[in-house]
Amino acid sequence: MHEQPIVESLMSVALEKAAAANASKILGIYLVNGELSGANSENIEFYFDFLSQGTIAEQASIFFIQPPTEVRCRNCSTVFSPVNLNLTCPSCQERKIEIISGRELFVESIEVE
Amino acid sequence: MTVRVLTVRENLLGANDERARMNRELLNRHGILMLNVMASPGAGKTSLILTTIAGLKERARIAVIEGDIASSVDADKASALGVPAIQINTGGGCHLDANMVAKALDHLALDGPLDEIDLLFVENVGNLVCTAEFALGEHRKVVVLSVPEGDDKPYKYPVMFAEADVVVISKCDVLPYFDFDVKSFSEAVCGINPKVRIFPLSCKTGEGMDPWFTWLGEETESRPAEIPAETPR
Repeated sequence: MHEQPIVESLMSVALEKAAAANASKILGIYLVNGELSGANSENIEFYFDFLSQGTIAEQASIFFIQPPTEVRCRNCSTVFSPVNLNLTCPSCQERKIEIISGRELFVESIEVE
Repeated sequence: MTVRVLTVRENLLGANDERARMNRELLNRHGILMLNVMASPGAGKTSLILTTIAGLKERARIAVIEGDIASSVDADKASALGVPAIQINTGGGCHLDANMVAKALDHLALDGPLDEIDLLFVENVGNLVCTAEFALGEHRKVVVLSVPEGDDKPYKYPVMFAEADVVVISKCDVLPYFDFDVKSFSEAVCGINPKVRIFPLSCKTGEGMDPWFTWLGEETESRPAEIPAETPR
């Protein structure tokens, strides 16, 4: 459900940028979507297929780029990528962490003609 | 036609964040402290707000914005206590966004001068996931977690607990009947978010309400305008 406003925002960002460059068609959208962004890639595609109809983006593909999820242990400063959101530090077994990356949700670039 | 790649680098929540910043400016101009109250459905957000209105009504002028998928049940309860209450129905949407809150603030201004409000509760839609992602312009994020939900939630919803300024453990009167360990829950929350304030309480028995009231009173009396604007994620 919550991907709809995100895709609306994605559409407006992509269409504005394409219009400013006098492009006639958007071929691809490179979207950086971190594991902790709360936005599901399949749902984004689902809404995009629907919302892009009748626009210059209707044939565009979305290419998802997932940056690594990284957290830093607040106890021993080890940086690690949690598997299945297991936040236990592999070095000291503490579960005191700071999220460094994984919450990203932005359009990196678009491919147009 | 030549194929070109255009660099964009634009955050998809940028428009929402901008609207949230404008809400914050409006609130600051009127000296209103706004709290975004988030939790699962049934955790006790409404009970917490209603009990707080009853307990603090003499010390602070309170208003409420209620977010729900449908119905005005919660806003009606707040209105019955004599405080301005605006209902937002998201029509299926699982979170409030800054634009919805902007419209609710407009409605609130029609009810009476915004300058006559000190403390504004926004009760978000019951959801522990995406409500954390959408800034509303609030000064403080309050996450309510009830005892029956279990003490392992910070590990399942780390983003929500990392974002919180305050975590309220609600329904503490039922602690004897559940395997909820307040100490390990608090350690889990502080592990993700060392600056968080935690208030274990029960709206039913009144236990633990006083420290929460004291904190709210202090926050309301501090000048919201001096609280720094939203830091970008």
